[in-house]
Amino acid sequence: MTVLLEARGVGKSFGGVQALKEVSLTIAAGEIYGLIGPNGAGKTTFFNVLTGLYQRDVGEISFDGKPLRLSSPHQVAHAGVARTFQNIRLFANMTALENVMVGRHLRTRAGVLGAVFRNQATRKEEAAIRRRAEELLRYVGIEHRADTIARHLAYGDQRRLEIARALATEPKLLALDEPAAGMNATETAGLKVLIEGLRADGLTVLLIEHDVRLVMGLCDRVAVLDYGEKIAEDVPASVQKNPKVIEAYLGGTA
Amino acid sequence: MDIFLQQLINGLTLGSIYALVALGYTMVYGILGLINFAHGEVVMIGALSSLTIIRLLADSGLPGPVVVLIGLVFAVVVCMALGFTIERVAYRPLRNAPRLAPLITAIGVSIVLQQLAMLIWGRSYHSVPELLPADRHEIFGASYTEIQVIIVVVAAVTMAGLMLLVSRTRLGRAMRATAENPAIAGLMGVDANRIISLTFIIGSGLAALAGVLISANYGIAHYNMGFILGLKAFTAAVLGGIGNLAGAMVGGVLLGVIEALGAGYIGDLSGGIFGSAYQDVFAFFVLITVLVFRPSGLMGEKVSERA
Amino acid sequence: MGLIAVALAIAPLVIGASLGNAWVRVLDFAALYIMLALGLNIVVGFAGLLDLGYIAFYAVGAYLYALLASPHFGLHWPIWAVLPLGALVAGMFGILLGAPTLRLRGDYLAIVTLGFGEIIRIFLNNLNAPINITNGPKGIARIDPIMLFGHQLSKPVDIGGFSISGVMLYYYVFVIMALAVVFVGIRLQDSRIGRAWVAIREDEVAAKACGINTRNVKLLAFAMGASFGGIAGGLFASFQEFVSPESFGLMESIMVLCMVVLGGMGHIPGVILGGLMLTILPEAFRQGAGPVQHAMFGKVLLDPEALRMLLFGLALIAVMLYRPAGLWPEPRHRRELGR
Repeated sequence: MTVLLEARGVGKSFGGVQALKEVSLTIAAGEIYGLIGPNGAGKTTFFNVLTGLYQRDVGEISFDGKPLRLSSPHQVAHAGVARTFQNIRLFANMTALENVMVGRHLRTRAGVLGAVFRNQATRKEEAAIRRRAEELLRYVGIEHRADTIARHLAYGDQRRLEIARALATEPKLLALDEPAAGMNATETAGLKVLIEGLRADGLTVLLIEHDVRLVMGLCDRVAVLDYGEKIAEDVPASVQKNPKVIEAYLGGTA
Repeated sequence: MDIFLQQLINGLTLGSIYALVALGYTMVYGILGLINFAHGEVVMIGALSSLTIIRLLADSGLPGPVVVLIGLVFAVVVCMALGFTIERVAYRPLRNAPRLAPLITAIGVSIVLQQLAMLIWGRSYHSVPELLPADRHEIFGASYTEIQVIIVVVAAVTMAGLMLLVSRTRLGRAMRATAENPAIAGLMGVDANRIISLTFIIGSGLAALAGVLISANYGIAHYNMGFILGLKAFTAAVLGGIGNLAGAMVGGVLLGVIEALGAGYIGDLSGGIFGSAYQDVFAFFVLITVLVFRPSGLMGEKVSERA
Repeated sequence: MGLIAVALAIAPLVIGASLGNAWVRVLDFAALYIMLALGLNIVVGFAGLLDLGYIAFYAVGAYLYALLASPHFGLHWPIWAVLPLGALVAGMFGILLGAPTLRLRGDYLAIVTLGFGEIIRIFLNNLNAPINITNGPKGIARIDPIMLFGHQLSKPVDIGGFSISGVMLYYYVFVIMALAVVFVGIRLQDSRIGRAWVAIREDEVAAKACGINTRNVKLLAFAMGASFGGIAGGLFASFQEFVSPESFGLMESIMVLCMVVLGGMGHIPGVILGGLMLTILPEAFRQGAGPVQHAMFGKVLLDPEALRMLLFGLALIAVMLYRPAGLWPEPRHRRELGR
């Protein structure tokens, strides 16, 4: 297997709270990798560290064979990591299509002069942006809502739009933060099909999810975080039987 | 050394007034996230309305400090009513409006108050009767007046009282809860609207006090005095970390001292190129420098972007 | 389109004939303010960065022209060379201001920009010593008027026995410049850059995650907005033939901000409307305040100047209470804009 992402001893603390303790994990190219754990286990913190929203205190992350140095989110996006957010962060007053077009920003070049004079190169690029955005809306199944303002979209469609926008950045790794949160069974089933399709198209997916059924049905491998520590990493079937995992989920609430 | 001490005394006086005004900005900001642009004008109304009473009573035979006290009480009442009204009329209807809408109404209120004051009190500078003891005393080669002492003491006592109010009383707890999260505070039985009204009333009361003190300090009041004072006080609130009461006090005093020292030393520091005309530049420069290194002000909470 | 062009072309003639040249002058200023408002709209409306010191860039443009085209230094550069330079220099000032403020959140940004505006004004006021650069509070006078086809725009011109006054000539130049600014604004809005600005306004974190270099894109917004201000400043100086620090106070910044917000942030037609209204209204109040009182009460009860500003303040409040998103907001986002 080819390693796409490798994290070694990544740690992050806020004030006195150690949100991540030396987390190491490896994600292979082409797999769907699940990250689960009780609330507050550090899953989203890991996401934020990975995507550059937070700077890690210690540890190394390498991506696609290159070290991912402490860097800003846009550089991480450039390297090929795209993400969605737990509490959906769309550009609320832009249309669905515009949202995805923004995602094309880092793969396009037009500047102020291009914008003002609309030379041929700019026009061509703009048309390509639009075409690609429309394709992606079709890909996630909301092309009929292209001109709808993002905040007017149905919840499930907002999730899909966020994925389309992330895909527009041409990622190698797509990190989804609880994409099924708040979805009903039908929507979740549709989401599962969508994510499987992404893998079939060669994308690697990192998935934080609470819906255990979805994780178990979808992921090739799963890591479990508890109190900022990785306590298990295996295929879903074994993780489910791991006593430490059961302890973390049940013991924590008991 | 004497220049230093002298400017320190002057800065402390000015700074305690800034602090009183800054508190009004910071309390409102803490609860509503709104820059109450009209707050400086409330200070001006406080100064001028107290002046009206003081002039009426100046020859009444009452002792000077009593007259000033009556003027102050009147100003406080006027300003409290004014603050309450401003919030009701110009801010409350816009509670859920776009962020900049209340900023524009605030600017509107500021203009209206200034023009009303001009219609009532005219364009001229009013001299304030000297009713408070203004004797000058020497200390280590610097001088201070009794008014200055009164200003610093009154401001300090008032601020201590406010801190007690906020930290120890039920009302204070409700205010802090509302600032933290109005919806949750509401669930806990706090009437957010009442708290917001009270915040404006208290802030305006402080503004009235500041207005009386500053006109006593300079011996002058004018319909145009509120704007720049408000600006300075807002700067002080930001410097300290807006939304933070202690920050507003520290920011206010600090800004006053920085300004005074800046005015005293900027000429020497720059080899005579910059004169005291640059004291405001100096103040803003300090503000910008502080914010660059501490984007939330000196005592503001560090806000990291939440994902 | 054609209709608007015709209306714009005959407006000064009609207004000049009916209301007098003073009102044409008001229109000239309206065009200048619209340019300013559109520039600020890039910063506040598109990118969502609250700037309370915008007038500083207007000042930079105006003083640049004043210094390069007046007897003050004995230089007489042509305005068409100074304007692009003014845009460039103002843009650089925009970056200078933007750079240290990028990490600041909304209202902190507001106070820093405000401080910056004041700093520029104070420098203009005091840079007459030890070396006299700006001539201090007295300002710089006898600035060259615009030269167009060898004709000084400040002087009337005869066309077929029909005299067109200087203010009218300036009107046409300013309107053409304002149209150019509108054009640039529209093009920018509907572009990769414009989308990035709005994305930052809507959600900065998400914009970063989408790969937008928010630092550069914000600086670009500051620079572009400032350059519009710089151009308007140069035109202002040539029109007035005089500049002094007084014209660039905080109240002016606030005025331009009011135009943007009152008109409809981020919506170019709305901003134009805002600029037009806030130039014309105070003027109408000024001219009306005295006579109307006289007609109603037989005498002037209240100071017309105070009354004018009073009405203006009340109008600001009323408009915002009834139309919180502005008079003419972008149709699709009425309420949420700017949140």
